[in-house]
Amino acid sequence: MIRWMYAFLAILPLLLGAVRADAGERFIVLQSTTSTQNSGLFDYILPKFEQATGIQVRVVAVGTGQALRNAARGDGDVVLVHSPADEARFVAEGHGILHCRVFYNDFVIVGPNLDPAGVGGLRDAAEALRRIAAAGREGRVVFLSRGDESGTHKKERALWRAAGLDPTAESGSWYREAGAGMGATLNMAAGLGAYTLTDRGTWLSFANRRDLEVLVEGDPRLFNPYGVMVVNPKRHPHVRFAEAKAFRDWLISEAGQRAVASYRVHGVQLFHPDVRCGDMPTPEARP
Amino acid sequence: MAEGRGIRGGSGVDELARAFGLALGLLVSGDRELYGIVALSLEVSLAATLIACLLGMPAGMALALFRFPGRRMLVVATSALMGLPPVVVGLFVYLLLSRAGPLGALGLLYTPAAMVIAQTVLVTPIVTALTRELGESLLAEYGDFLAAMGRRGLRAIPTLLHEGRHALVTVALAGFGRAIAEVGAVMMVGGNIRHVTRVMTTAIALETGKGEIALALALGLVLLTVALAVNALAHLTRLREAELAHARA
Amino acid sequence: MPVPELRLLTGGETPLLVAEGLTVRIGDHPVLEGLDFTLPPSGLTVLLGPNGAGKSVLLRTLQGLLAPVAGRLCWRDGDPPRRALVFQRPVALRRRVRAQLAFALSCAGIPRRARPARIAELLELCDLAPLARRPARRLSGGEQQRLAIATALALDPGFLMLDEPTASLDPAATLAVERLLARIRRRGIPLLLVTHDVHQARRLADRVLFLHRGRLREEAPATRFFTAPASPQARAYLEGRLLP
Repeated sequence: MIRWMYAFLAILPLLLGAVRADAGERFIVLQSTTSTQNSGLFDYILPKFEQATGIQVRVVAVGTGQALRNAARGDGDVVLVHSPADEARFVAEGHGILHCRVFYNDFVIVGPNLDPAGVGGLRDAAEALRRIAAAGREGRVVFLSRGDESGTHKKERALWRAAGLDPTAESGSWYREAGAGMGATLNMAAGLGAYTLTDRGTWLSFANRRDLEVLVEGDPRLFNPYGVMVVNPKRHPHVRFAEAKAFRDWLISEAGQRAVASYRVHGVQLFHPDVRCGDMPTPEARP
Repeated sequence: MAEGRGIRGGSGVDELARAFGLALGLLVSGDRELYGIVALSLEVSLAATLIACLLGMPAGMALALFRFPGRRMLVVATSALMGLPPVVVGLFVYLLLSRAGPLGALGLLYTPAAMVIAQTVLVTPIVTALTRELGESLLAEYGDFLAAMGRRGLRAIPTLLHEGRHALVTVALAGFGRAIAEVGAVMMVGGNIRHVTRVMTTAIALETGKGEIALALALGLVLLTVALAVNALAHLTRLREAELAHARA
Repeated sequence: MPVPELRLLTGGETPLLVAEGLTVRIGDHPVLEGLDFTLPPSGLTVLLGPNGAGKSVLLRTLQGLLAPVAGRLCWRDGDPPRRALVFQRPVALRRRVRAQLAFALSCAGIPRRARPARIAELLELCDLAPLARRPARRLSGGEQQRLAIATALALDPGFLMLDEPTASLDPAATLAVERLLARIRRRGIPLLLVTHDVHQARRLADRVLFLHRGRLREEAPATRFFTAPASPQARAYLEGRLLP
């Protein structure tokens, strides 16, 4: 009897494989970020795209840096990230073409509702960070950074620069680097009662807030634009160019923009359409 | 998959209770996505374990049987490789299968095949090292007998594998346990793509990352159930072994 | 050293084996020194001697598991016949009795179809028929040893060697094994039995090789050895005195 069970176990992989067969589908691999995926946007708009074109979009969601590096190695057909400087470099280095800005959301600073640093209600993000640093040095608060070279992390660094501070020198005390994705970082922040920078999309869908809440928002510097690029087929001939371009075209089309705008989390619109093509920002010097 | 949205996390006990309820609900409702994820997890890990056994068990027996220059190094290396962190294996296989890598033209990245490869690399050292140990103890018991029966060298391997079959099941299960529970390797080479390369462990990681603690726990309970079922099989096998191998007092 | 009695055998047949000057070392340690003896082509020869005499080593050398550093073994047909060895501790595989015999037959190259008949024969000979489906490791010591003998016989050997097969068995089991050995002897298969049990030697031996500290002290037909041992060591041993 036992022998039969083992035989079954041995064959099971084949059976399961047959059941799941996705033979000969048209698909593309989209390299994007965890925050975008965690916001739920893809689960909402991609089925619409698939219905319109018959092309399945397979999303690999990692940090911005990793997404771009993966794509630069040719392990993707199209890229959707939110880090203009890195996007510019990606295009400049010849890895990406047909770049378009497609939509934006914004970042917010969240923190414990008791707000020991007293930043609640501020619109000036740099000032908020200065206050957090001061309170941190007094040992009253902790700021948690993603520390993973993601778009969010780079935005955070830019804000510290705007505030005239370099907290990495004090890393490990009040300024801590998680080296993790947005969700994991939020989990940690919730657990620690720490301040952190997060994109609104992840925040709205985040389910483990404990006593964290939005304290600082509305600063134009918290603006978070998303850009889409097709991986350059001259560099990577195996890229599924027609399908990848179809995706990019759909995103900037009325149908795509409508889909993005209509995505809501708890009744709130998360992403705001804003198409700008051929408008490549100049690559910033590396921080 | 049903979302277990809770904005405020409650106490740990709260979460666990909700997790149990969620897990039961998901399993009973026959949620298609969940079953797909479970099926893929089993498929990948079973296939990887199978291949690892086909490669590692004869190799382990050979290591036990033969003496050759460099053998000791190989033994030490195999044992050391048992401790390979899955994410390192994932990175290594990713670099191999990436378009920029040597095997890129195969287009295996982000497919279940890549996940099977990665887990095979992870599990084979375990199977080899444990089989070698088993082989050495079997050799101590049967070595002279097999030599006297004319089963020397390579020809002894099938016999030793047969004699050790029940213990080898435990070895295979150790390998399977490692495979089904790991997340680093399959995440790197699979990409956790919905409906394509999402398995239980990467789904748990994803839901945890979204703060969906109860759902993550629920998936964890499902994973635990699957692991328990396979281990129950192991237990039955060990009982069988006791029947056939237990010497009279 | 007593003159080896060459070719003084039943019916004047050619001996199975003539050993000349056999010397075996383990590492640097000499274990057997300059042995000269013959083995008859039938009958049961006992290899007798106190512990540490080198009996097991001699057995393993005759089996081909050890190589002599000096001297030679001249087998009757040039090459040694198919040899089978029964160990002191009975070997029981993790299989049923039938399956173990089937395994032995496959080692001997017997095709599948011929095996059931041979298995039945062996079970019959060794009095194991009622235990055919029992897991081998669940047999008693005596039953396991008979199974070990059956396993050895499955190879259809031209020469069967046994290393203290009844050392750990109770009298009833010992009797069963000795009866089996008698049946095998009647079939004409030459046997070499290693034992330190003088009484067993007396019961079973046709010829005796007496070994002491790596040297062959005496080789004689059984009756002569037990009634009038020629060497002082053999005399002392038979009288029950300890030999240093």
